[in-house]
Order: sequence, then C-alpha cells, then structure tokens
Amino acid sequence: MSELAWIDAALKSARPQALGALLRYFRDLDRAEEAFQEACLRALKHWPVNGPPRDPAAWLILVGRNVALDDVRKRARTTELADEALVSDLGDAEADLAERLDSSHYRDDLLRLLFICCHPELPAVQQIALALRIVSGLTVPEIARAFLVGDSAMEQRITRAKRRVQAAQLPYETPGAVERAERLGTVATMLYLLFNEGYSASGGTAHIRRHLCEEAIRLARLLLKLFPSEPEIMGLLALMLLQHARAAARLDEGGAIILLEEQDRTCWNRDAIAEGLNLMEKAIRHRRPGAYQLQAAIAGVHAQAPRPQDTDWAAIDQLYAALETLQPSPVVTLNRAVAVAKLAGPEAALAMMAPLAKPLAGYFHFFGVQGWLYLQLGRKDEARAAFDRAISLAHTPAEAAHIRQHLDRLAEDSRAAG
Amino acid sequence: MLYAILCYHDEDVVGAWTKEEDEAVLAKRARTTDRLAAQGKLGPVARLMPTTAAVTVRSGDEPLVLDGPFAETKEQLLGFYLIDCASLDEAIGAAREMGHGESGAFEVRPVRLFRAGTAKLEALEA
Repeated sequence: MSELAWIDAALKSARPQALGALLRYFRDLDRAEEAFQEACLRALKHWPVNGPPRDPAAWLILVGRNVALDDVRKRARTTELADEALVSDLGDAEADLAERLDSSHYRDDLLRLLFICCHPELPAVQQIALALRIVSGLTVPEIARAFLVGDSAMEQRITRAKRRVQAAQLPYETPGAVERAERLGTVATMLYLLFNEGYSASGGTAHIRRHLCEEAIRLARLLLKLFPSEPEIMGLLALMLLQHARAAARLDEGGAIILLEEQDRTCWNRDAIAEGLNLMEKAIRHRRPGAYQLQAAIAGVHAQAPRPQDTDWAAIDQLYAALETLQPSPVVTLNRAVAVAKLAGPEAALAMMAPLAKPLAGYFHFFGVQGWLYLQLGRKDEARAAFDRAISLAHTPAEAAHIRQHLDRLAEDSRAAG
Repeated sequence: MLYAILCYHDEDVVGAWTKEEDEAVLAKRARTTDRLAAQGKLGPVARLMPTTAAVTVRSGDEPLVLDGPFAETKEQLLGFYLIDCASLDEAIGAAREMGHGESGAFEVRPVRLFRAGTAKLEALEA
C-alpha cells in the first residue's frame, strides 16, 4: 500500500471523530469542516516527512483547532501567529490531547455529529445525503450518483439541509443518559436507512450501492466501538453484516434480482456471516431483545442454512412473531406470512395476509408474495392480477424484471394450454 | 525457540482496504511465510475478527464479563490460548474459569482465519 493511500485511509477513518470534536470546539459546522480540511492538507504535507502520528484523530483535532484559532487571530490582527513548527512537532501535546479526549468525549462528539444529520424536519433521503457528506466525507458528485440526481441538484439539497440543521438549536451540551439513548436510537435508524438505500437497489449502479452499504457498516462499527455494551447496536451491525454477506449472490450479471432460494450460497461472504453471528451471540447475552437483534436473528437463520430446504422456518416464524409483538407493522406480518407459507402452506399464508390488503395496497412486495402464493395453488388468474399490480408498483427495473419473468411464464403456460 | 509474532495495525485502515489491497499485503507476506512453511518452521497462523467482536473477561473472585476488546494500558500481553468452542458462551466460560481468583484479564476474540502451519510442534515442545 502506497504512502498516499495509507494517509488517505487514515484521514477517512479519523474524519468522524475529528470533525465531531472540532464541531464541539467551534459550534459551527462550516468552520469545523474548514478546520478539518486544513488539518488534512497539513497532514498530507507533514505525515510523509515526520511519519504517521500515533493517534491521527487527535493530531487532526489539535492542528485543526490551532489553524482555525490562528485564523481568528489573524483576522483580529492581534498576537503573532504560531508558525508551522508549532503544528509540525506535536510530540507531547498530541499525547496530552489524546489523554484528555477520553472515549466519553469521542463518544458524544460522534453521536452529536450523526445526530444533527437526523433533523426531524429533513426527509430521510436528505438525512442520509447529509450524513454521507458531513460524516463520511463523500463528495457531492459521489452522493448525487448514489441517488441518481444531478450534481447541482444534490449540491442544493445538501446546502439546504445544512442550513436547516445550522438554524436549528444544535445540541452541544453533554447529553444525559436518557437523551443519549434517544440519540443513539435516532442515529441507528438513520444508519439503517443508509444501509437500506444501498441494499434495496433503488438507484445507482451495483458498485455505488455496495459502497453505501459498506459505509453504513463502517459507521455502525464505529458506533459500536463507542457504545460497546449496547445490544441493539450489536444487532444493527450484525443485521447489516448478515444481509450484506449475500451481496455477491443477490443480482445476476444483467442486474436482475436472484431470490434467496435461488442464490448460489457459495458466493455468500462467510467472514461477514461469522462476524454477524458472533455479534448476535454477544447481543443475546444482554437479554434485552430489540427490533435489530430480531431482524439480525432472522437473517442469521437464513445464513446458517446450507441449502434453502434446510432453512429453519419454524424459528423464522417465531422470530417474526416476536417482532410483531415488539414493533407491530403490516410489513412484518407480510414477512411472517412467507414463513407460514413454508410451514403451513399457501392457504394459511393468504389468510394471514387478508387483513393487510388495505394497509399494503401500494406495496410492491405484498402483491409479489400474493402472486407467488396463488401460483402455488394453481390459481393463475389471481396470480396474474397480483403480478400485474406488483409490476406497476416496482421501484427498480430489477424488481419489475423479476415480476415480468413470472408473467411471461404464466403467458407461456396459457398459450401451451390453449 | 518458538517465537510469536503479534500483528498490530490500525483496524479502521486495514478494514478500509479493498480485497485487492488486502490480498497484495498477504501475497507480500507469503514470501516469508511460504519459505518458513517449506522449512517446516511455520506454526499456526491466525487472523482475528475486528475488536467489535471481542469480549473481555476481568479476572477476580467473581470474573466480570465486559463487551469490547481489552483496552487498559497497565497490563501487558503475556500469552494466548487457542480453543475450539461451539459458542461464544462456552469460550467465555473457559476464560471465567481460568480467571477465577486471579488478577488480570482475558480478551476473548473469535478467529476469522486459521492455518495450522507446517512446524512439528510436538518436537519443538520437547
């Protein structure tokens, strides 16, 4: 790995913590970002000469803060400027700062940085875009590509979102335990949305979507490092790892969706699965179940089945039942109906789905599942009607293409029969 | 004499490596490990899961299980065990048992990749 690549990776990994601390110092997002940028430029100049610092985040915080303070002094035309030598040899200062910045500071800094992106007035997509820009440091064109919009439109969107966030009262005081837990929950939701944006293939190329999933995993991992005893954060990271483990098997070469049952399971990432299952074991020890842990457990059941027919559908049914109790939603019941279809047959599943027809009247997957169940019962007209409805609700070409296959097969069957 | 070579690196940086970068590093190291293997000098090689997968058992009269890696600076790494368990709970149980009535700590970390190596360890032991 070249030196420049190493520095680049170190800057990227230090960004959330360094920027979070600078935001606490300056209480101004723009100034914190400028200070971080300047610190990065100096890192590119100094690290190749002096070697990497022991704690890159602490170095960037100290230098960023000094540079910005110099800037303030310069504008105020007061004291002499501290010269470059001051920031080039940090030695003890860096160690001091690292000591003072104990993990509790880091923890609240990072949480704050993520939390301000979750402003309740911002639509979810803008929260994600803002987090990618501010926390992850992705460029505007990179984010624009992920959301399939033009650069200038995304630039505007992010600028507006930032202004909105700045205008709001930013939470600088150290949060209390309850507030911290609430922030953690809000941030976890946003990270899961970010992951799903990548996972659900609503836009962009496979490569860009994978990047979003990986970024969500990276941030969730960072969050877990700072909150190591939170079972729901373990569950969140486990869920992401277990889902993302299937990435290589989920789409064919043409970008069409391959269903779980038809995926080549040898393409699943075994390292990610092992790590996800281990995190689940850690989480379960706390005996504080939550929605992420349950969803991760469901993904874990699938991940552990060597072949589709080995899937423990009874366990999946029970886990969805627990999720229904904890977080009732028609989508959860729909998912449970799939497990019920495997255990008790398509008719039982259709009966379970009947009350969902109204709340899920605009939901692609409802009609996809319905069509699949009718097909198993040989009720072809109803299957066709359900697939027609599904195709009109598809969000992506891949979803539409998948339903199209079913419809084409139905058409072939009726031709053959006729 | 048996030597342990312990690998330290910034896991955020290593975690950000692409598959190609990761493989390039392993290929470079293989120049050394392949030679040692051919000479029958390579013992077990392990790559650990990230520190987020770790649990730490604080020894004592009532050993305490904490989430996360061992993070104190006043103790030093003095040895390690490699055990094969059916579950994390079983591994933690072993660490608790050993730590009973002692001071210090055991970090329990799953192994991501393991190779047995080629050295005849029994011979070295004698």
